[in-house]
Amino acid sequence: MIGNLFTEAVLVGILASGIRLATPYLYAAIGETFSQRSGVLNLGVEGQMLIGAFAAFFVSFTTGSLWLGLLAAIISGLLMGLAMAFVSINLQAEQGISGIGFYLFGLGLSDLLFQKMLGTVETVSGFRPIYIPYLSDIPIIGDIFFNQNILVYGAYLLVVAAWFVLNKTTIGLKIKAVGESPEAADSLGVSVARVRYFTVILGGGLSGLAGASLSIALLNVFQQNMTSGLGFIAVALVYFGGWRPFAVMGGALLFSMVNSLQLWVQVLNIPIPSDFAVMMPYVLTIIALVITVQRVRPPSALTKPFERGH
Amino acid sequence: MKHLGKILILLTVAVMLLAGCGGGEEEVAAPEVFRVAVVMPSAINDLAFSQSMYDALSAIQAERGADKFEFVYSESMFVVDDAAAAIRDYASQGYNLIIAHGSQYGSSLQEIAPEFPETSFAWGTTVDTFGLDNVFAYEARAEEGGYVMGVMAAMLSESGIVGVVGPIETGDAKLYVDGFTAGVTATKGEAQVNANWIGSFSDVALASEAAQTHIGAGADILTGTAQMVVGAIGVAEENGVLWFGTQSSQTSLAPSIVVANQVYRWEVVLKEMISLIEGQTYGGQSFLITLENGGLEVEFNSAYALPDEVKTAAQAAIDGIVDGSIDPLP
Amino acid sequence: MNRKRQSEVVSKLMDALLPVFAVLAALAIGAVMLIILGANPIEAFGALLEGAFGSANALADTVVKATPLLLIGLGICISFRGNVINIGGEGQMIIGALMATALGLAFPEWPGLLMITLAMVVGFLGGAVWGGIPGALKAYFGVNEILSTIMMNAIAVQLMNFLLAGPMIDPVQAGKASKIPQTARLSNAFDLPRLIPTRLHLGALIAVILAVVVYILLWRTTLGYRIRAVGQNQDASRYAGIDVKRQVVLALLLSGAFAGLAGAIQVFGVNHRMITDGSATGFTGSAGFNGIVAALFGQLHPLGTIPASFLFGALLVGANKLQRVVQVPSAVITALNGLVVIFVVSSEIWRRRRETKRRTEATFEMEIEELHPPPAQDLTANEEGVS
Repeated sequence: MIGNLFTEAVLVGILASGIRLATPYLYAAIGETFSQRSGVLNLGVEGQMLIGAFAAFFVSFTTGSLWLGLLAAIISGLLMGLAMAFVSINLQAEQGISGIGFYLFGLGLSDLLFQKMLGTVETVSGFRPIYIPYLSDIPIIGDIFFNQNILVYGAYLLVVAAWFVLNKTTIGLKIKAVGESPEAADSLGVSVARVRYFTVILGGGLSGLAGASLSIALLNVFQQNMTSGLGFIAVALVYFGGWRPFAVMGGALLFSMVNSLQLWVQVLNIPIPSDFAVMMPYVLTIIALVITVQRVRPPSALTKPFERGH
Repeated sequence: MKHLGKILILLTVAVMLLAGCGGGEEEVAAPEVFRVAVVMPSAINDLAFSQSMYDALSAIQAERGADKFEFVYSESMFVVDDAAAAIRDYASQGYNLIIAHGSQYGSSLQEIAPEFPETSFAWGTTVDTFGLDNVFAYEARAEEGGYVMGVMAAMLSESGIVGVVGPIETGDAKLYVDGFTAGVTATKGEAQVNANWIGSFSDVALASEAAQTHIGAGADILTGTAQMVVGAIGVAEENGVLWFGTQSSQTSLAPSIVVANQVYRWEVVLKEMISLIEGQTYGGQSFLITLENGGLEVEFNSAYALPDEVKTAAQAAIDGIVDGSIDPLP
Repeated sequence: MNRKRQSEVVSKLMDALLPVFAVLAALAIGAVMLIILGANPIEAFGALLEGAFGSANALADTVVKATPLLLIGLGICISFRGNVINIGGEGQMIIGALMATALGLAFPEWPGLLMITLAMVVGFLGGAVWGGIPGALKAYFGVNEILSTIMMNAIAVQLMNFLLAGPMIDPVQAGKASKIPQTARLSNAFDLPRLIPTRLHLGALIAVILAVVVYILLWRTTLGYRIRAVGQNQDASRYAGIDVKRQVVLALLLSGAFAGLAGAIQVFGVNHRMITDGSATGFTGSAGFNGIVAALFGQLHPLGTIPASFLFGALLVGANKLQRVVQVPSAVITALNGLVVIFVVSSEIWRRRRETKRRTEATFEMEIEELHPPPAQDLTANEEGVS
């Protein structure tokens, strides 16, 4: 029966579904990568995602425009990011804790708005898979890679963009400098606060997008707590990838594909208790990290507030 | 640091004293108003388990009139401990009937009920009243509707593969799926039912991916239980795969592909409980909602053109279960 | 000198009142939300106070709620002082509870006192294992503890679902078609003794005593000193000959152990059996996260965590009552909790500012006093580690 796993349909299914499932993780984790690289730990990703998911859904549902929905998700995420930035940069609040606060706030507020503004579970017709001439028709490869919606493609383009920004641009250099040694960056005339505002707000916007990728592209519904811990996994994946966009993507794909694999294990009636199947992605993520033993040092100033003249 | 602790304690005591003075209002219910309190594990609009109870209470209220029948609720009480506090609080306020709508609340109820012999409690979904004479138990024979759905699923499926998305393998989710599977295999012996338990009541994304997996494995009919299946229904619609719902009506989510829903009508048993309570019997009995007593209803989606022979077979299954010739859990 | 004392007292009083002001500010926003929802905020907050403190039962519920927060908060004091972030309290609490429950189910005939003692120990050990694994992974394999503890939480939940639906299931349920995933009720002899005729149980007392123990551990033992030293400066500690890796493992292990104990106490003191609704929160009530918040409100000091847990427990218990009385969606409460956390943690900046000011003044005075040797003073004040 284990052999049933190695058929074309299953492997294509696992890869395609892994690529799809990784999408929300990618948006959120890349956003988190930026903010951590600049020294701010944002544990409130899950709350930002929920707000973004609701905003995207509600606006799409009422206006009929998915693009307006997307915009709403980004704006609401930016606002959540702005609040997080103010609290962690100006008020220098303990980041792990304020993040939990923002998570709870987002969880509650999105649920409240949902109950008061929608009242019941509704559906929208979300972003459809895009047909790419020729590419989508390639057997197997077309099914896996070129039969996805625009937000899926966007997520992978984002990884490339994030890598480029962090490694090849001045702003990337500034972000890393601020995260490694804010004092030195400050003495060179880089505004630590401004850079951190930028990354944290950007992270918020991307988390909002992550939410939108769920509510108007992958699932096309909104429900209370629909992210169900996904935002926390996204934060974990940033650590998995050692703050490097491509490695973060690797982690997101690994986690998602194993999650997809466990669904197949159950569907193919392979005799493993379902609880253990559900455990697989979590266990394997840890094991993968142990095996590869990558000692990447976190940004030195991570979670440390910066105040000039100290 | 030491000071901080002391001051905080002093402050707390002060707040406590203030609260003590302010609290303690006693509400005495006018005798003609029947007051119900319900504690539910998820939100009242979950299109599933909790909503089925909320809808039932609303239906009774509409029938009896808001001046004769009041109800209050505590939703999203997934923390067992918090639910216990809520139950105790309601009991001390003299509600006529307190409903603990979740099997996980049983042990709390067992402890609290004896302290309030004048108050009636109801616990679902179970058949166990702990031998207490102020506890009613209620349960849905979810396997009955499940069986009927299974019969229809087997007839409608062309691939002979049917997929199930569930939270954890327990309670009425399990009953429903067991009944469904029995219905499928009784109708089409060679048909295959694949179940996917995703280990969560809230992970909509995983539920949706589970549905994708079923479709990838060849399923052309899907069903599922609990509130996170809204994700799976969307996938079914996108792929033109048929869906069977349970607990509450899910037709509104995807009118083109929902074939039928097993809808819980708790009002059937609640009304019995209420009349017993009004006759001074506070508990000690257990109730079932079944196809026979109308507590379970197979609601066909009128927007879906169900072939006549399938509808006939479904009706035959309902009749068979009602007259006892079919056992939905063989 | 007298005036200085006075201003110091005022300043400390301000420090203590700060979180209260922050809570009030958050509640003010909550009031606006309530008004928008058509509820009367005065009635609502009255209900909150009444629900948390209004009667012996309410007060007992508050303390019962605060107990796991305090225990987990104590663990957090240890790990955060050691500069490791343990957000695995949820999983550690579950594993501790599972192991203690398994013991209780396996030997129903044992004398109550013996069983309770052993169950607490076993719960403590279970949590230690579940916290020790991320500790060892961090120390020896460089696996970040935020990642591993998040993953370990998810694994613990599935383990609980498996055990409660399988090997540990209530024999009554095993025979039924619906198979509710719960264990049998533990023998009545194993119930933690109740302190007064409410739900208040011995666990609360244990937690308070342990707060003192943790205080002593952190500031009066070599182990505590080492953990704190590593927390402050790893390189310096290594240079001073401290086995840094060992301290990292110990910090997470001890932190997990307290969460495990919280789990055991929750079962033996409150639920008397384990039930799962498939999620961690159903059992823990998010104590694994709320305990972190409580510890930080208590400024990572074991004794400060006592009132902080109590107030936070009161907020949680009172908020449920608020929802019942004014019938607003429970989501308001979640959002309100979030606001309280954000406001309190943000308000810390003023306390830190005053502290810096105090320190600068103290340094200035010391410089003066060095010229005129001062009478012996309370030198331990700084040692007690106000962060």
